[in-house]
Amino acid sequence: MSPPMSQLSNTWTFFADHRAEILGATLDHLVLVLVAMTIAILIGVPLGMFIVQRPALRTIALGVASIFQTIPSLALFGFLIPIPFIGGIGKRTAIVALVLYALLPILRNTYVGLTGIDPAVLESAEAMGMTRSQILFRVRLPLALAVILAGIRTATIITIGVATIAAAIGAGGLGSFIFRGVALVSDALILAGAIPAALLAILADVLLGLLERRLKVT
Amino acid sequence: MITKTANLPETLIEFRDVAFHINDIPARIIVSGISLTIPHGETFVLLGRSGSGKTTLLRLINGMLLPTKGEVRVQDRPTAEWDPIRLRRGIGYVIQEAGLFPHFTVAENVALVPTLENWDALRTAARVQELLHLVGLDPREFSHRRPRELSGGQRQRVGVARALAADPPILLMDEPFGALDPVTRAELQREFSTLARRLGKTIVFVTHDLREAMLLASRIVLLQAGSIVVSATPQEFLRLDHPEVRAFTSSLSVLPGAPA
Repeated sequence: MSPPMSQLSNTWTFFADHRAEILGATLDHLVLVLVAMTIAILIGVPLGMFIVQRPALRTIALGVASIFQTIPSLALFGFLIPIPFIGGIGKRTAIVALVLYALLPILRNTYVGLTGIDPAVLESAEAMGMTRSQILFRVRLPLALAVILAGIRTATIITIGVATIAAAIGAGGLGSFIFRGVALVSDALILAGAIPAALLAILADVLLGLLERRLKVT
Repeated sequence: MITKTANLPETLIEFRDVAFHINDIPARIIVSGISLTIPHGETFVLLGRSGSGKTTLLRLINGMLLPTKGEVRVQDRPTAEWDPIRLRRGIGYVIQEAGLFPHFTVAENVALVPTLENWDALRTAARVQELLHLVGLDPREFSHRRPRELSGGQRQRVGVARALAADPPILLMDEPFGALDPVTRAELQREFSTLARRLGKTIVFVTHDLREAMLLASRIVLLQAGSIVVSATPQEFLRLDHPEVRAFTSSLSVLPGAPA
């Protein structure tokens, strides 16, 4: 038997032996991602709607969100630990970091979606006597939905990946297998974290992609 | 069709020495020295080259722009004093690409202003049916289509129906047939000129096409570089001796060698 084959069977045995543990970590991971994404959407979408009306704030908001994206994820987790209230070791700090990461794609796509609407549509909406909020909620938002969702989709995939690193600050999830695997030089352990994380990302991509296509207005 | 003509003043729209500059910079004059009286029931055609200020005049009427100098009065009230929402709900607006809402059906598009005005559903539905017939679209076939499922001409028909929905006394049209193929354009121009006469609306129509102006206008106002150079009936217009008028009349002779 070649080494890769034996490794594969090792991994398979490990998976079979630790089913419950892997499933538990996957659920932990999923909760982490869902909580972070919910918060990021609740901040990103309204903020995106707000900066459409306030061009002065646009550069600042998009700039700050971009800065968070440029900080390496491990460093961002590290930076947050000493900060009072939001910092420390554990899930809360991890969620704050994940939200900061997910914000840019959501915020940017919300802004782009709301502003990228056919000018003739907006002109006739205004000329027809629609108020600003009617234009926002009845015209801009429904027409931007697919683009906003594309941002949420990107952010979700990023978050699923970055959340594995959150284990480094004790947030649990699939990353804990990976970190243990790296420390113990065990491929089986690394894969026990990596494979479910990859599957989650693919699943999220496919499902949100389907939803995005349904919402698209041409 | 009911038109509320009884309580309307004789002069529906009036420009009193209006100027408009971008961002209040006098150097960037878009239009200036505009004085115009548009009586009830007329079809005023604003004719001019691109950039002559036609669209600006249109947008000054429905308060999408406010004059930098002078005043624009609609129904004897300056646009600056109108609540812009109320003003615009009483003015139909048709633009070149129709600007239909892509996420609405044809019926929902036509019903837009009645819906904003909280008409009850039955009255709105009846009105949509009536209007689709009026613009030559069978409601059974077109009500539930989306704008992307229509031809350019059909979209413009829906655009006209939408503008007429709440029976506004004023209709503003900004090159509504400009993006259509020549055959469809001629068809819509003919139908619209009949429709306009029947409806008795006050129409301000922007175009750069003299042929279209001749067909529709009760009065042609020629603009050049933001000023009115000529205001005349179509019959008078052709006989005028003005360089910009000649520029337009000579554009009518499309065949080489044909007399203007």
